[in-house]
Amino acid sequence: MSRLLARLLGRLPIGWLQLVHQRGRFAAALSGVAFANVLVFVQLGLMSSMGASTLRPYEFFQGDILISASDANALTDGGNVARQWMLRSLADPDVVDGMGLFVAMVPWDRGDIDISLTTFGIDPFRAGFLAPEIATDIEVLQVQDAVILDRLTRGLTREEAAAVRLQTPLSFESQGRTLTAYDTFAGGGGFGGDGYLLVSDQTFLSLFPARSSGAPDHILLRLLPGAQPDEVADRLKDLIADPTLRIRSYSDAMAEEVRFQQTQRPTGIIFGFGVLIGVLVGIVIVFQVLSADVADHLREYATFKAMGYGQGFFLGVVVEEAVILGVLGFIPGVIAGWGLLTLMAKVTTLPLFISFGMAVTVFIGTVVFSALSGMIATRRLAAADPAELF
Amino acid sequence: MADDDISIQASALNHWFGAGEARKQALFDIDLRIARGSFIVMVGPSGSGKTTLLTLLGCLREIQEGSVLLLGQELRHATTAQNVRLRRRLGFIFQAHNLHESLTARQNVMMGLQVKGHMNPALSDKAAAHVLTLLGLADRLDYLPANLSGGQKQRVAIGRALVGNPNVILADEPTAALDWETAAKVVALLKQLGQARGTTTVMVTHDNRILDRADRILTLEDGRLVGDEDRT
Repeated sequence: MSRLLARLLGRLPIGWLQLVHQRGRFAAALSGVAFANVLVFVQLGLMSSMGASTLRPYEFFQGDILISASDANALTDGGNVARQWMLRSLADPDVVDGMGLFVAMVPWDRGDIDISLTTFGIDPFRAGFLAPEIATDIEVLQVQDAVILDRLTRGLTREEAAAVRLQTPLSFESQGRTLTAYDTFAGGGGFGGDGYLLVSDQTFLSLFPARSSGAPDHILLRLLPGAQPDEVADRLKDLIADPTLRIRSYSDAMAEEVRFQQTQRPTGIIFGFGVLIGVLVGIVIVFQVLSADVADHLREYATFKAMGYGQGFFLGVVVEEAVILGVLGFIPGVIAGWGLLTLMAKVTTLPLFISFGMAVTVFIGTVVFSALSGMIATRRLAAADPAELF
Repeated sequence: MADDDISIQASALNHWFGAGEARKQALFDIDLRIARGSFIVMVGPSGSGKTTLLTLLGCLREIQEGSVLLLGQELRHATTAQNVRLRRRLGFIFQAHNLHESLTARQNVMMGLQVKGHMNPALSDKAAAHVLTLLGLADRLDYLPANLSGGQKQRVAIGRALVGNPNVILADEPTAALDWETAAKVVALLKQLGQARGTTTVMVTHDNRILDRADRILTLEDGRLVGDEDRT
């Protein structure tokens, strides 16, 4: 390692030699950097998971335009939309089809555990609005009180989910009705619910008698191939001209909800602060270690000053130490962070993982912030007065 | 002496410490010219200003009043960058060895070469080993300072000062931690450098045995140069 660094730096790797000379302090510093990395990875993992789990229900459907109430910041939020706007939208030459989408939470009391399922009521005759892997099974929803259950639901064992088939359906009580799952799909628990449920609009209205078939939560529109959703959305805004509605392309709706969840909802803000705290902890740890190191070697540094070494050399040594701490601290940090997120993913069924981009970002951030801490620590070098050596 | 033969020239050099009422003058009107290659010994009681003069000559302190010409460059009003460049042409030997605890004897000596831009690791390594061997430390090349005796550490510090072939060596009690045999070897080496390479040595010492070998003895008392004995 010393030889490699000497080649890279073109000088004796004093920073490295100083670090390994005090092994206890070096190990403590690496643990500190690794700890800060774990904090950042967990928070970033949660933030990323929030984005992924926010988008997950959008992936169940296929649409080009989403019409929602103006207060609908999320797919599960907001008031209702009159079905007449779907019919009005169909007047646009690029709009080929529309479907009302009902959303509500359905409780499932399993004795020892209460499960909350985000339930979507759809038209079972409009398979074109569903993702291909779901569309093939949609016919079963034509049966009253039939459901397609999320096999990744928290509180549902793998064995129970795997057993759900047409021949061996799973029935359960909810909202005073007996629902029967004939099939499953891969949804996954999110931050709002433990899993998902797909039902027909008729079953949905049976579960929620107060709701009206003429007022779904959202309206999904499909366009002619090649039509521009943004342009069509603009035309529909003129056509409908109702300020209580939000008419957006489906992709815009997805992006807006992710932004909303991460910046407006308390959970998103908390995760953001968590990342900030992780970065601050890392900066403080590296600064403390390097600052103490500079203080310990003040006489040696003063000697080097007397010999003719300039500020650039000292900055180089301290930044060398900082970068070594950043790089070597990152390795246990990413391993521990990955392990922790994997464990949390198993427990919560949230899509928690460290993506390559996330790892690269955290690595670069660790090295840059470590180097910055090192630069701040060099301020103590001003106290190294070579004249005091005599 | 022609100007080319002068390594150090101080004129009307005064220096103070402190400020306001606590301001105290440490040096008074020092005038001296030191020839290239000479071996100068500076003596005087504690607090006489020897160390202050040494730090001023070594551009480690700012010149407040008067002038110091070091290797032809005026130190008064010199910039930090100029001072840093000039220090690379000097060799400092401190009373305390001030070796870097994380570096081996060889690496500490290599630091004296590296500052001059000698980056070739193999040659630096060889030069450091050679100097340490001359100082009787051939079997201690890869020892950390913690594993060396006080005298051995001091010899490593001397090696660090000498390895870069400095034009001027400024030393403060460099032989205090050495037995006489080793001290004599070091003094002989410094004198040899003066003759062979024109290296000038200014050494502060209380060791009377070294006085006998000096080319010139400067005596300071209460900040004044009270004696200047040429022994060549």
